[in-house]
Formats: sequence, structure tokens, C-alpha cells
Amino acid sequence: MNSFFRRKSIYVPSPAGRFFSYMVLVFWSFVVLFPLYWLVVTSFKLPIQVDSGPFYIPFVDFQPSLDAWRYLFVNQRDDTLRPYFNTIAVALNSSIIALALGTAASYALTRFDYHPKLGVIGLFIGCVALSIVAIWLGGPWQIIVVAAIAVFLLLAQTLAKRFRRALGNSDIAFWMISQRMMPPVAVVIPIYVLFQRLNLLDTYAALIITYVASNLPIVVWLMRDYFQSIPIELEECAAIDGASRYRIFWSIVLPLSTPGLVATFLFVLVFAWNEYLLALFLSFSKVQTMPLLVAAQNATRGPQWWYMSVLILVMIIPVIGMAIALERYISRGLLVGAVKG
Amino acid sequence: MEARLAPPQRLHALTSRSERIASATFVLPAVLVVLFLSVFPLIVSLYLSLSRFQLVKGGFDIKFIGLLNYRKLLFGSERDHFLGVFSPLSPLTWLLFGAVVALLVVALVRYVRSPEFSIGGLFWRLISAAGFALIAWVVVRTLLVSGRPGTLVVTLVYVCVGICFQYLIGLGLALLCVQQIRGRRFFRVVFLLPMMITPVGIAYSFLMLTDTGKGPFKPIWVAMGLRDFSWVSSPWGARAAVMIGDIWQWTPFMFIVLLAALEGMAVEPVEAALVDGATRRQIFRYITWPGIFPVTTTLILIRMIEAFKIVDLPNVLTNGGPGTATESMTLHSYIAWRSQDLGGSAAVAYLLLILVTFVCVSFVNLVRRRATEAV
Repeated sequence: MNSFFRRKSIYVPSPAGRFFSYMVLVFWSFVVLFPLYWLVVTSFKLPIQVDSGPFYIPFVDFQPSLDAWRYLFVNQRDDTLRPYFNTIAVALNSSIIALALGTAASYALTRFDYHPKLGVIGLFIGCVALSIVAIWLGGPWQIIVVAAIAVFLLLAQTLAKRFRRALGNSDIAFWMISQRMMPPVAVVIPIYVLFQRLNLLDTYAALIITYVASNLPIVVWLMRDYFQSIPIELEECAAIDGASRYRIFWSIVLPLSTPGLVATFLFVLVFAWNEYLLALFLSFSKVQTMPLLVAAQNATRGPQWWYMSVLILVMIIPVIGMAIALERYISRGLLVGAVKG
Repeated sequence: MEARLAPPQRLHALTSRSERIASATFVLPAVLVVLFLSVFPLIVSLYLSLSRFQLVKGGFDIKFIGLLNYRKLLFGSERDHFLGVFSPLSPLTWLLFGAVVALLVVALVRYVRSPEFSIGGLFWRLISAAGFALIAWVVVRTLLVSGRPGTLVVTLVYVCVGICFQYLIGLGLALLCVQQIRGRRFFRVVFLLPMMITPVGIAYSFLMLTDTGKGPFKPIWVAMGLRDFSWVSSPWGARAAVMIGDIWQWTPFMFIVLLAALEGMAVEPVEAALVDGATRRQIFRYITWPGIFPVTTTLILIRMIEAFKIVDLPNVLTNGGPGTATESMTLHSYIAWRSQDLGGSAAVAYLLLILVTFVCVSFVNLVRRRATEAV
């Protein structure tokens, strides 16, 4: 009886603990899976079967049909597949770029000291704002950008001497995350106008740039904690052996933070994959993404549940595949034994 | 913000030229990208919030009207919508509000007496305390019996309830999933699923599920005698539906990050503690919890920022109704924007920005600072 409650090692639960764990895990699996099951069932129903009340089990309760699938993938094939490929292209590209830029910045913010001078920051923002206003008013943007850079370089030295007050690393990090605080409804109109001026509306570039910018802060913040937990001794050893900063980052820090990288990549991918409001404004027909197509099924005749279910299911399949493929990297023990003594 | 925290770990001072170049190449691309898409929207929507937008023949007209949009929301015709209907003052109101103020005063007094006291610190803390007292005042006045919460309070309710449940469930599941039990990979992938569905899709799925006429829970509704009852017609029922959807969707976020943090922790301290006869509660309290506390604060901060922007679920599920009972601030802004009141929409968005910034800065200064110091 005693052994029933005793655990063999810390990560192997006792039989009683295992029973309890399974109860909870199975219960939550049910909570998670039931809505998905309902989507699957609904996708095989005819409109009449959805409207006439709940039917639960195919072949028993109702005769499943492939009507919704056939309609979307045979009759409307191009209209379904184009958004699908758009979503894949935009989400993958933007999350890879965001991960690359974000991890570099995040590593730098945990390992270097930055002291950006307030005066220089103010000057820089001023230059950017002025050039944007000038572009808004219709100036040729190439000339304006060059002029802004020239003004910035000319004034930077003098201003840096005047206003010495400097910020720290955590201020930079907080500034980054604060960029996500603005509700998208408020941001979307200015961004629309911005890309309209740059002639980038309805292109991949517009969506990718927007998603990279909006996901970067998340990468920076999540990776900061992982980098902080990596023992500094490893990097010191490498530095003594003559490895450059880039080499240390690429061959030591990145491999050691794989779990964090994988988890972060998944998030960013999912955020970009599912984004709705910005896509609604920045894409019309050419680069329309899947969430728009899902929302479009709520037509004038009320929501078309069957089509919607098909689309939602098709949308999550690649992400699930990705999650299964990447899951094993989130595993324990990568750091164990790395630091001796 | 946390500028006076523990200095970042570094190998050696930035003396060499190559180190300086490296430090710039690491951080500049990210900063530039974020800057590119942040300054301009901020300025434009600030200007919009101070102006009136009207469609006129052949285009539109933007007229500068100063702070009128804000005045309308805080004191004028939109006050009931934004702040809510205040209940008349009662002893209970004063009691609750007094309790909050007393807590704030105690915290301030403790700070003044502590060795880290400084005038600047006191100044920021006073502002922070005043802000919290103000929020508490609005919450207490509108949530009590005869009051009606506006979009501000509803949003706060969504954020607080949602994050508490998501974090607790996520942590519990992550603790169960680090154990070596059969099928853990299956559970891990399954628990991630809700996060992967597009929010609009989730909102429509929950609309389908909560339908009392043809949803899957119809037998339960019938058995409870609620056949003709629509949960949408009761304010708290509708809010609960929105919150359940939100919790369902975002628990995976907490789960996966906490799981990665737990998996990344070294095994040796726990084994050593076990050898020394520590109980499981002690292990959690003194080894596991300090290990995941920094990640916890990051998680809560990120979720807080996202949760304040909740819009898809209330929009699709209840369309903000009954009345404005489930309307969040973002939805408020969205609805104003749909009815071409761009100024009002931007004003709500800016108030939300101020609120989120205030809450997050306080959170970072009061909680996260402690987390990074403790390490």
C-alpha cells in the first residue's frame, strides 16, 4: 500500500499520482477536443442537418456527406487554394524573419549594455516623423529618405553632447513590448495609408513587414528569459578560445536555447497564421489570407457553418503538423552537464 | 523602467571595436523595423482622436476639435457606455473603496520606511496608487447592485478573470505534463490545439456550440429547463460565455511556455532536495517556483497586453450585447469606427493605450523587478 503513494524518481509519479494525472489530462483533452470534434462533424453535414437540431455521430445520427468539402475544393478550388498558399507564404516568411531579428536583439539585450542617448533618440524620431509627413504630402520618397539620413547624421554628434541622459537595456525592451499595446483598430488606418503611399497594398511585402514588426516584441521578450538562464561560463570559455561574438551566438547560445526557440517560433507562426484585422485592410484579392475567407462565410444568409468548419479544419492541419514535428525539441536536459563544478 | 536592475551579464566591457560593431548589428535591425511601423500610427491616431471625421461629398473632412472626444467619453453622452452607470453611494461602496485605499496607503508607508526609499520612487508610486484608486472607484461604483459596468470595467473583468484561469490551468497542466507518463507527447500536442485556430474561427465555433436550439448541448439545456432561455439575454451569462471562449483559446499559450521553462530546469537541485528529505510542496515553493517566476511575469505581461485587446469573441458571440454588457474597449472602438466615428474610435483606443501602459508599467515596476532581482 505504501508503494502506491511513493514515487520512484522525481519525474515518475506514484501509481496514485499517475491515476490522478490521467484523470485531469483526459478531462482537459476532452474539453479541448470536443469543439474540434464538433467542427469535424459539422463539416460533413448538409445545411438541413445542421439546422434541424444537434446530431452527434456520423452514420448513426445522420448520413455524412462530402458536399461542403466538394464545394470548396472542387467547385471553388482556386478561391480556396489561393488564400491557403498566401497564408503559408506570409506566415512562414514573417515568422522566420521575426525570429531571426528578434533572437539577435534579445541576445544583445541580455549580454551587452546599451546606453542610447535621449537626444539622439528624439532626433531620430523627429527625422522619421518629418520624412513620413513629407511622404504623406506627396514628396518623392527616395530623396526624402536620403535627406532625412543626412540631417540625422549631421545633427547626431552635437545633440548627443547636449543631452547626455541615457536609457538602459530594459527601457529598450519595454519600449518594444509597448508597441503591441495599441489596439489594432487604431493602428490599422495609419498603416493602410502608409502602405498605400509606398504602393505596397495587396502585396506579400506589406503583410510580412507588418507581421514581423508586430511579432518582434514577443520574440524579444520570450527569448530574453531563455538567454538569461544560459550559463555565462560557456560563452566565456568560447571567448577565451577566440570565438567571435557571432560565432558564440550561432554555435553555442542558439543550440542551447532550442526549446525556447521552438516554442517562440510556434507562437509567432500561429499569430501570423491567424491574424485577421490587419489582413482585412492590407489585402484585397491577390494576397487574401485564410482568416478572411473564414469570416467571409458569414454571408447574408447567416453563417454557413459547414463551409466554415471545413476551412477552419484545413487551416489548423499544417499548424498541427508543425507542432508535432517541433514538439520533441521542447525537451528536458539540454543544459544538464554543460557546466561542471 | 527597470533600468536600475541587476546589470546584464557580460563577458567583458565593450572595449574592442568588433564588440561595439557586434552590439549594434545584433539590435539595430529589430529596433528599426519596430520603429518603422510604430511612430507613424501613433501620431496619426493621436491626431484623429483630437478631431472629428466626417464624410462629405466626394471625400472626407477632418476637423480639429481638441479634447472633445475624450470629454464625451469621460463626462458626456458616452459616459454610461464607457465608464458605466454609477450606483448610488452606499456604505458597502465606501467599505470596499476604503479597503482598497487602505491597502494602497499601507504599501506606500512600507515603501517610505524601507531602505530603498527615494523621492523619485515615491513620486511614481504616488501616481501609480492614485491610478489604482481611480480604477477601483469606477469598478466598485459600477459593479455593485444597481450599477452597470461600462466597456472599461468589462475589459478589466475579462483581463483579470481570463489571466487568472489561464495561468492556473496552464501551470497545472504543465506540471502534470513534465512527469514521465505514457502518452505525454499526445497530451502536449492536444493541449496546444486551441491556440492554433484563428480567433475568428473560434468565435464562430463557440457561437455554434452555445446555440441552445441546435448546438450539441441542447439536451443539457432542455434537461435544465432552459430550452427557450438564451444565455445571450443575461449580462453575466453572456460575459461568462466570452470568458470561457477566451480561457479555452489562450490556456495553451501559458501551458507551452511554462512547459518549456519547466523542462529547461536542471534536475540536480530537485534530486538533491529529495535526498535531503524535502516534501513536494517545499520543492515547488523553493526550487520550481523561483525557477519559473521570471517566465511567469513575462507571460502575464504579454497576455495582459493581448487580453486588453480582446475583440473577436464578444463581437461574433454576442455582438457586444445584451445592450453593451459584453463590449470590450477594443470592440467599443471598433463599433465606433464602423459607424465612421473615427475620432471617437481613436479616442477610445488612446484611452485603452493609456490604461494598458499604466497597468503594464506598474506591473513591471512592482512585480517583474522583484523577479529579476531574485535571480
